[in-house]
Amino acid sequence: MSDEIRALTARLADEPTSLAFLELGEALRRRGQYDAAAKVARGGLSRYPGLADAHDLVARILSDQGDLAGAFDAWADAIRLDPMRSSALKGLAFLYFRAGEVPAALEHLARAAEADPDDVTIPAAIARIEQEVRETSAPPPPQEPAPVPASPADAPAASSPQSQTVSASTAPATPPSSPTVDSPFADFSDGERGLLLADANGLRLGGTLTAPGGGEAGDRVAAELGGVVREAGRASRLLGLGSWHSIAIETPAAFLVLVPPSGDTVLLASREPSMPMARLGLLAERAARVARRWLERGR
Amino acid sequence: MTPETMVLDRVTRVPGVRGALLASAGDGLVVAEQLMDGVDGRAAAALAGALVGRLLRTTGAAGLESPLFVHLRAEEGSLLAAPAPGDLVLVAVLGPDANIGLARLEMLDAAGRLG
Repeated sequence: MSDEIRALTARLADEPTSLAFLELGEALRRRGQYDAAAKVARGGLSRYPGLADAHDLVARILSDQGDLAGAFDAWADAIRLDPMRSSALKGLAFLYFRAGEVPAALEHLARAAEADPDDVTIPAAIARIEQEVRETSAPPPPQEPAPVPASPADAPAASSPQSQTVSASTAPATPPSSPTVDSPFADFSDGERGLLLADANGLRLGGTLTAPGGGEAGDRVAAELGGVVREAGRASRLLGLGSWHSIAIETPAAFLVLVPPSGDTVLLASREPSMPMARLGLLAERAARVARRWLERGR
Repeated sequence: MTPETMVLDRVTRVPGVRGALLASAGDGLVVAEQLMDGVDGRAAAALAGALVGRLLRTTGAAGLESPLFVHLRAEEGSLLAAPAPGDLVLVAVLGPDANIGLARLEMLDAAGRLG
């Protein structure tokens, strides 16, 4: 045990409610002691659930452990608490880049640059991504993983060797570049309006979702769906209800139904409340079957 | 009989309802409960609260208002949740043969009367 970790451990033992867990968790992470780092970070997070730093630390550790979906959720939580947190924006940019979502990666880096104009690593990362895009004349086939780049944002999570060796199987899937290209709902008689297919990492695989005020909300909603799936699985399992089949959500302006076409994807169907909920459920199940066939073809 | 107990009484009278409870949405603490044996009220409150919290974020991301009613259907039953005024959430656990339509109506009515 290094002197630094020994001192921080002693400090945290003396003052369990202090913020020393942030330094200790980070020190353990940097030494590659991920399990210990995660334990410290989770303990701190339970005491300070509203602290963006704590979510950011958890995200870095999860990313190093290869849990990219968990890291995504934790960075998203950090940004919810602190929308201009540049380290979390860089972390999300790194995950988007790894998933082949270059526009989303660049958008998050641009926000990070706005939040922290003195961080010279951000414009460098933007330039590196843009150069890589220029050099890639043709996009890789969808079934191949996106190339693993050098850290695009110097995100803490991307700086460790382990984060560079995450296997392609754990990396988020690369979604289609446009909802109309190779859409899972291309053959669906109702079209893809109000249908959204997302993977367990919160990335949109296909479909479109328009917010009531206009504008595409698909990516934002997909980012939340990974967490919904986890909570739904936990609730139904721990309450002895078995595996979950669907979630119906009524809001004043829209009805939504979530169904899992496969173990690692979720489909959302949305319609105006004039459509009876049970009928929307049937539509969602039909769309899920179509999505399942599309996923099987892709695999 | 308190207003909360009356509300829970109506919900639990619906055939197939194993239990109902009223919890604080923020911290998942149980305010009142009427549960059959084998249903853990604290777990149901915490789990339903976490799920509703996630769904609040999802509808927010979609530019929609907060959910009025949530129905999680599983192979062995259902979990229903109806956010109520005062940062409360009315939760019911149902068996597989329950009358979900009637339970939904009772819960929406009850959530409205709690305001």
